[in-house]
Amino acid sequence: MGENILKRKIGIEKQIDDFLDKVSESGLLFKCGVDYYLKDNMEDFAHKLEQITETEHAGDALRRSVEDVLYRRTLIPDSRGDVMELIENMDSLLDRFKGALWRFEIEYPEICAPFVEDFKALVDCVLEAVEALIRASRAFFKDMSAVTNHIHKVAFWESESDNIATRLQRSIFRNKELRLSHRMQLRDFVRHVDKIADRAEDLADRLNIFVIKRSL
Amino acid sequence: MFIFFLSSGLFLGWSLGANDASNVFGTAVGSRMIRFRTAAIWCSIFIILGAVISGAGASHTLGKLGAVNAMAGAFMVAFAAGMSVYLMTKAGYPVSTSQAIVGAIIGWNFFSGSLTDYNALGKIFITWVACPVLTAIIAVILYLLSVFAIKHFKFHMFKLDRIMRYGLFLAGVFGSFSLGANNIANVMGVFIPVSPFSDISIFGEFSLSSSQQLFFIGSAAIAVGVITYSKRVMMTVGKGIFELSPVMAFVAVWSHSIVLFLFASQGLEQFLLNRGLPTIPLVPVSSSQAIVGAVIGMGLLKDGQNIRWSKVAGITSGWIITPIIACLISFIALFFLQNVFQQKTFQPVRFGISQQVLASIRTTGLSTKNFDDLSGQTFANASQFKKILDQRMELTEASRKVIMSAAQIHAMKITPDARKRISKDMLSLEQIQALERLKGRSYLHKWQLKRDLEQQGAQWQARAKDPEFNRNLRNKLAHLYKTFKSDDGS
Repeated sequence: MGENILKRKIGIEKQIDDFLDKVSESGLLFKCGVDYYLKDNMEDFAHKLEQITETEHAGDALRRSVEDVLYRRTLIPDSRGDVMELIENMDSLLDRFKGALWRFEIEYPEICAPFVEDFKALVDCVLEAVEALIRASRAFFKDMSAVTNHIHKVAFWESESDNIATRLQRSIFRNKELRLSHRMQLRDFVRHVDKIADRAEDLADRLNIFVIKRSL
Repeated sequence: MFIFFLSSGLFLGWSLGANDASNVFGTAVGSRMIRFRTAAIWCSIFIILGAVISGAGASHTLGKLGAVNAMAGAFMVAFAAGMSVYLMTKAGYPVSTSQAIVGAIIGWNFFSGSLTDYNALGKIFITWVACPVLTAIIAVILYLLSVFAIKHFKFHMFKLDRIMRYGLFLAGVFGSFSLGANNIANVMGVFIPVSPFSDISIFGEFSLSSSQQLFFIGSAAIAVGVITYSKRVMMTVGKGIFELSPVMAFVAVWSHSIVLFLFASQGLEQFLLNRGLPTIPLVPVSSSQAIVGAVIGMGLLKDGQNIRWSKVAGITSGWIITPIIACLISFIALFFLQNVFQQKTFQPVRFGISQQVLASIRTTGLSTKNFDDLSGQTFANASQFKKILDQRMELTEASRKVIMSAAQIHAMKITPDARKRISKDMLSLEQIQALERLKGRSYLHKWQLKRDLEQQGAQWQARAKDPEFNRNLRNKLAHLYKTFKSDDGS
């Protein structure tokens, strides 16, 4: 009972902030997990996998709670629809990070040394794109005029990740030492990771429309 | 019988509540920020408070336009206004009760041979035009201030949302008060001169005048309209307004409420009077036109692209067409009521010239040489008397008013029975004593009673530099004229 009384009532502003923290955290865990995987440090990789799963659960719980509060008693419906869409889309990014890391665990792809650096660079670009999107989303709630400053950075990092993904796929398929099946598996991995940046760019475009709608 | 005759006013009140409540709470309810039941309760309470506390100002202006002096006439005037609102709404014209009632009163003036006070009419018309224009200006200022505040303070979206909610709720409550204060005149104004109520004192703490009792009944009818029928209107109209943006909706409702308050507040009028500033006329205005004015103001501020000019044209035509139609319906309906149903739709107001009246006119500095020979003659109504005067000389509006009010026959007798009908709280002890000394006297003109009371002491004399005392004095005298009226002279 004491715990209930002392339990701090979390405002919706704080819940949304926490949720965006979870999305950001999942990106960082993904990056660490891929690094460990590429170094073949499977013990720490497994730990990151565990952590990202927990983060995803926590993110889901926060999303449900935010949606519940939004539906029950806050926000003018017009804004409510936009906020709801934003939260759900951000949650899908979190899911993608977790899904991508689990794919490494399930398929256990052999990433040969020539591709490692490009793989790392791809992950970095994707992470930058998502981080810029998270900053834009925070600004959407707190300072609408600052959103566009972050949105164009999402587009920049998405195009960078596209460049790296193309380069990487090209070198994978030009490597005659690998079997076709291996090449195709690596290509799928590259595409899977690159798609996270594509998705971030789509969300940035939506966010831009929300901002235009609410412009004074 | 009075309740039956009041029914048309109550119907007018009901339709006003059903339609206009959406202007004050439509946004909040249409967007489901406030439950309809909560909004309806708050709206009703504040409409009643506004009407009872602050409804007298706008009613006074309507009273100046034409004092409907028979119950059946008042019934028909309100009915004609209601009918024209109904017919014009059916025909798809934007229409306002404020404009319909003015037309209907003018119809009664024509029918009864009373004069229409063109000064009052001009004031009313200018106010109608000023209402949406002023709302647009206030909306632009409020909008710019809101945008500045939002950009400067960088509110969190949810905090801004909460501010908007509370702001809209407060605007709704304030708007309900202003709507009650401003528009009760449309509903009950015409019944004031024929009200059978006398002043009542509640627990000796405060008293309710007969018009305040009427306002209470009328505003209760508005409240019933709000509770029974406004939900549907709120859901459609409210959403329509809301589609602007939350900030714009917030500004629209606030500017509407401010303007209705400005055109209804006697307190503000007093404040301006005391400081020697020009006052704002207290006139019933259209709540819907105020909202449209606010929206147009903000639209022009943006780029003016989205303004539906047909709506603006609709408003302007409403200023002219609505009163004309209401005037026609009122005139025809009064004719039928009087001649087919044999109801007395007006008490003839006669005018008479006597040596006393001529002397009284001369004290104001006007010469009476052009109509001295009319002494001993009486005239059946104001139109006839005016015609005779106009034939003899050119008169300014102000001079004509002086002559007509001196010649107006309003027989009164200071009887103990009538004296008992005056609440003790209304008059001071000295004023009551002065009145007692006039017991048994009869008068043919209002100014005679006023003169005799003034002779009794300072309590009945107007004071220089005390406009509030003088206004109260005028109200008290008007009450005495009504209370001591006897039938034998008219």
